Amino acid sequence: MPAEPYGLIATFETAADIYHAAEQVRDAGYKRWDCITPCPVHGLDKAMGVKRSIVPRISLAGGLTGFCTGMSMIWWMNSYDYPLTVGGKPLFSPMFAFPISYELTILFTAFATIGGMFIVNRLPMHYHAVLKYEHIRRGLDDRFFVVIEARDPKFNLAATRALLEQAGGLAVTELEA
Amino acid sequence: MSHGSDQAVAAPAILSEVKPAVLPRPALVANNRSFSWITEKICGIIEEKTPRWWWVCFGVACFVASFTVAGLTYLVSTGVGVWGHRNPVNWAWDIVNFVFWIGIGHAGTLISAILCLLRQKWRTSINRAAEAMTIFAVVCAAIFPVFHVGRIWFALMPGYLFPFPNANYIWPNFRSPLEWDVFAVSTYGTVSVLFWYVGLLPDLAILRDRFFAAGNKFRSALYGFFAMGWRGSNRHWSNYEMAYLVLAGISTPLVLSVHTIVSFDFAVSLIPGWHTTIFPPYFVAGAIFSGFGMVLTLMLPLRAIYKLEDLITQYHIDCMCKITLATGTMVGYAYSMEFFIAWYSANPNESFAFINRAFGHYAWAYWIMITCNVITPQFFWFKKIRHNTALVWILSIFVNVGMWFERFVIIVTSLARDFLPSSWGYYSPSIVEIFTFFGTFGVFSVLFLLFIRFLPIMPMAELKAVTPAADPHAAPDHH
Repeated sequence: MPAEPYGLIATFETAADIYHAAEQVRDAGYKRWDCITPCPVHGLDKAMGVKRSIVPRISLAGGLTGFCTGMSMIWWMNSYDYPLTVGGKPLFSPMFAFPISYELTILFTAFATIGGMFIVNRLPMHYHAVLKYEHIRRGLDDRFFVVIEARDPKFNLAATRALLEQAGGLAVTELEA
Repeated sequence: MSHGSDQAVAAPAILSEVKPAVLPRPALVANNRSFSWITEKICGIIEEKTPRWWWVCFGVACFVASFTVAGLTYLVSTGVGVWGHRNPVNWAWDIVNFVFWIGIGHAGTLISAILCLLRQKWRTSINRAAEAMTIFAVVCAAIFPVFHVGRIWFALMPGYLFPFPNANYIWPNFRSPLEWDVFAVSTYGTVSVLFWYVGLLPDLAILRDRFFAAGNKFRSALYGFFAMGWRGSNRHWSNYEMAYLVLAGISTPLVLSVHTIVSFDFAVSLIPGWHTTIFPPYFVAGAIFSGFGMVLTLMLPLRAIYKLEDLITQYHIDCMCKITLATGTMVGYAYSMEFFIAWYSANPNESFAFINRAFGHYAWAYWIMITCNVITPQFFWFKKIRHNTALVWILSIFVNVGMWFERFVIIVTSLARDFLPSSWGYYSPSIVEIFTFFGTFGVFSVLFLLFIRFLPIMPMAELKAVTPAADPHAAPDHH
């Protein structure tokens, strides 16, 4: 007898099928489950009950950091560490510091957004039970999968299998942990 | 359909309700292709045996790129005197070529960011290649400011470009638009690479799995490393799409600011012909114009070679031609507005600078510019011309040529005839400059050829998302 499986995976052929299946799994009260799709499916977040992403908050933090970095760097370098008089102009003014602070806002936002997306998604994760499923390749090509993890408190091998089959899932398979 | 006379007779004189006409949306992927067809088509380009034309083009591109290597080697080993710059034209082909290449890059960001925010879904099939074009154009552009200092180790060492204190512990002067440019261009390059990479992530995962299935462990591991273990999870897609949207949102002000700051290099100075407030919008419009010219130049042969007519449809070509037309006309408006302001300002130096541009020693360059940038795009008003792919391609070449001349005209004519008539001069490039510039087309082509050989030239996941099969509600025109 193999060890406890990672979970159950079911195949769906169309975006409409997985959309309706997701609604049923959500309404059945599962929490630790996922859909595998080759492209983002419109409205699937709502059908799964996924909350709005927190990535933009990380982006905002990055952007503010960038802007403050730019302003304080220029003030420190041209006005404090080595006061540099050019053309009788003030040693520091937010006007001439603005273009560089603006660019650094964007630069830091970009890094925060991408870094934040990877952290929130727990990537890189090169090993994952789902990636060991023999047909998973189709999930990036043209098939849709629903995966329900065994760790979910509501998980019950027979009942969960029945739910997936009743929702229209094909080839419901146990995933190796 | 409803023009039948029998219906017209039966209809009441006043309609109780007028329904807006339902305009069918053009299909973005023609012939109702399936998800797996898209995967096979795009991955097939990478998986097939390297075609002979690729090797021929690659060889030619390497040969052309060697001209840049030769020009730069001679420059570094001898000194900047080998370029044709001399008083009063101390800025010439180096900055012309820099602005030219940076401008080309802008269409890539426009397609990937601004059209994303505007929900122009036709961008999907061209955005990957256009973003690649952006990155490679920035690489070509960066060659010039880095090497124009001659002793290149000073450009990379403290003080010249990036904020490190120089030998006297003085930091760079942050009031200078040239220093702003360093930040703008390096941010632009970095964010373009990041944006491109995020877009590539799901497609790299497809390649990882396909090479694994085909038994090519090495390439599977290589693509897999960069795919970060992407598995198409919808919980990931949710964050991914949000991140993509944020990146599009910040790239839009970025692309506008980069060419604005490039134009500050000139506009902040006092040279007649440079010191104008119209420069930022005029430069941005010109950049997008030249970039779309280059997108057409690159995508039309690619479409023909790889038979991508179902993905880059006539509708896509129409859209690109229309943007070229719109931005080209804006550039034409800017040219005429510069003349108007030169007259209206009643500043004799300013008026002279513009009359000299059109009728002075560099009139030949000015009229090449006007012909290529103002007249050429007007052909795109006509559907017959937009549908003639070969003709569109030829016109796109004229756009590229014209935009190079625009920068030449702005920079060289203004400097050659500045305030002091005793120092007026005439600039001609040296052979070293010609070699260096000519070779950048080779550098660009080498990079682009490597891209089409090793990376998916179109974003498969995004293409799938615009097909009807990705719509879970399956009703036409649901959105």
